[in-house]
Amino acid sequence: MSDAKSYEPGQHPSLPPPKNLVGWQRWVWDNLFGTVSNTVLTLLSVYLLYLIIPGMLDYFVLDAVISANSRAECAELGKGACWAFIGDRFQVFIYGFYPAELRWRPNLAFVLLFVALAPVLYDNIPFRKYGLMFSLAFPIIAGVLMVGGVFGLEPVDTRLFGGVLLTIVIGVTGITFSLPLGILLALGRYSNLPAIKIVCTVFIEFIRGVPLITLLFVASTMLSYFLPPGTSFDLLLRVLIMVTLFASAYMAEVIRGGLQSLPKGQFEAADAMGLKYWQTMRLIVLPQALKISIPGIVNTFIGLYKDTTLVIVIGMLDVLGVAKSAVSDPVWNGLSVEIYVFVAGFFFICCFGMSRYSMYLEKKLHTGHKR
Amino acid sequence: MSVASDTDSTPQRGGIMRLWYDSEARQVIIQIFTIAVLFALVFYLVRNAVINLDAIGKSLGFDFLFQPANYDINQSFLEYDSRSSNLKAAIVGLLNTFLVAGLGIFIATIVGFVMGVLRLSKNFLMNRLVYCYVEAMRNVPVLLWILLVHGFIVVNMPGPRQALGLGESFFFSNRGINMPSPLPEPLFWATAITFILGVIGAIVFKRYAKKIQDETGKILPVLYVSFGLIVVLPVIVYFITGAPLNWETPAMQGFNFQGGYVVKPELIALTLALALYTSAFIAETVRSGILAVNYGQTEAAGALGLRNNRTLQLVVIPQAMRVIVPPLTSQYLNLTKNSSLAIAIGYMDITATLGGITLNQTGREMECMILVMAIYLCISLAVSSFMNWYNNRIKLIER
Repeated sequence: MSDAKSYEPGQHPSLPPPKNLVGWQRWVWDNLFGTVSNTVLTLLSVYLLYLIIPGMLDYFVLDAVISANSRAECAELGKGACWAFIGDRFQVFIYGFYPAELRWRPNLAFVLLFVALAPVLYDNIPFRKYGLMFSLAFPIIAGVLMVGGVFGLEPVDTRLFGGVLLTIVIGVTGITFSLPLGILLALGRYSNLPAIKIVCTVFIEFIRGVPLITLLFVASTMLSYFLPPGTSFDLLLRVLIMVTLFASAYMAEVIRGGLQSLPKGQFEAADAMGLKYWQTMRLIVLPQALKISIPGIVNTFIGLYKDTTLVIVIGMLDVLGVAKSAVSDPVWNGLSVEIYVFVAGFFFICCFGMSRYSMYLEKKLHTGHKR
Repeated sequence: MSVASDTDSTPQRGGIMRLWYDSEARQVIIQIFTIAVLFALVFYLVRNAVINLDAIGKSLGFDFLFQPANYDINQSFLEYDSRSSNLKAAIVGLLNTFLVAGLGIFIATIVGFVMGVLRLSKNFLMNRLVYCYVEAMRNVPVLLWILLVHGFIVVNMPGPRQALGLGESFFFSNRGINMPSPLPEPLFWATAITFILGVIGAIVFKRYAKKIQDETGKILPVLYVSFGLIVVLPVIVYFITGAPLNWETPAMQGFNFQGGYVVKPELIALTLALALYTSAFIAETVRSGILAVNYGQTEAAGALGLRNNRTLQLVVIPQAMRVIVPPLTSQYLNLTKNSSLAIAIGYMDITATLGGITLNQTGREMECMILVMAIYLCISLAVSSFMNWYNNRIKLIER
């Protein structure tokens, strides 16, 4: 009775929760060892980690050789991975065979790419309006910079493009042009006019039904037959067109999903307001449909970016193409794992970054109407 | 009155423009215009093609399909040699495509479902591990995975003499996997027939059990009976007839293994890379499908007194499948289309035979590409119509 104070009913202050319901012990109990199956899973994961981590760490980091002149020298210096090769070939990995004295041009274009991306990706930067104008003009500016031939810039053959440079050129071009084209195709497929609907549907289903590789073969072997006699145009341009068309068909399906999820009332309300078709689409339908389909759109972008690697099948040397040809280099024989892991790291950073940005965007545009 | 004034004012806009302001007429005009432009474009392209082909003296035709192919295919289900026709080469390639697609879909489905369920597990470590697996798999191009696995097998695995053995019958080396092949004796047909009868019996019994349950509510032990019919019975017959099945194990002779089956590194690399890559996407599909089932459903099942496994089997999975099946279909189709990347490592699928070597040797770009595309289109349409049928069967039947 001495140390226990007495309270009026209902006046007792809240006690802290029991010790076994809070703190790290509880977290461990809930998340790792709570039930038998949970414990088994934990032990299994620890065993897997034990199998994977030390071996990988030893091979790729601790025992790895960073500088050497040949594969044989690598093997003498250590028994781990041989990264020396990457340093040896770094320039080729980045630029392909772009003339060395002109490399400031792709570098400048790359820096400008971020200048052009900033106003598109973030809406709270100053002078955003002018920034967006620059972004619209960027594809032309970058094209002129890279290919040259005008304004006293020395022309560069597109066959010299390679490595990361080529990957980014194809990826950025495809991403830039496939979105508007995809929107048009989706609107076409969703339209009331049967002829337009059929044309768009057939186009979309055809593109989605065949592998990209066959389209690239068409671009490289067959397309010239369909052009007026005597004309031919650049292989890179043909590939860019095919990749854009391919991605736009997938984009169209993603956006069509967004269109279909809009309630019919939105269209009817727009009609009732007296808006014309394009006004309805621009002001009412597309802002909502595109917002819903953001995850799908970014997934298509990521898919497109990964699909740029397929150009190696028609003999273009993008970053994977450089890697593949490097694997068969006699001086650096037998380094396939290191080289491919390096390229995988490059793609992982790009694609993972894109998917993180899409999550940020989803959160930002989430206006509380989620169903 | 306003209606009257409208009809008065429109004709004043004059002749042909009147049609443009009538919305129905305008729709017709737009469509006719679209079709006209399309036809003009197609006509223009075909005309160009005809002129170009004439100029180099080529004609369209499919007789090259029946001429000898003059190249070898290292893995074939049919009897094939370099004197066989291009058509036969194409069929062998098509079968190889089916083999990779089938194996890939099978593995990807199993791994994907397991990963998807583990991703939802409350276990922190397992959850994170699977998350890393999924992100690593799907953020790297599939072609890179194919090349990486192929490179690993060909460069880093030991040669046949130092092959890693699993017992005395399976050997892993840089030439692929050597495994025993079955040599059935005449009496083996008895076991095979028992197995087939067992499967039929199990299906019949399952239908019967469902009928009994619908009528009386009694639950028959379908699982045990099916197991007995499909597995135990054939095993018994197999031993009664005197175990009439021998295995030819691979053995080292000279520089390579002789006897048994060989699974080539190309097939392993392609199947494994495609399956694991696709499994990451399937895992995400499965996860979102299961999350899409309202938790109230699980609680309601609990309130009705269903046990955990019955809840999963009867309540959660059927509803999750409705969400899972449409994206699953497109993953299967993606895997099939991605199998065309075989050409990068020299696995002879339809793209590598008909669209690759045959194309290069005969110079028939147009015909080969049209055939290859048509084949992929047919596969896509067939798979998606089958999955649509399945989807219609399991979808929610509303009032």
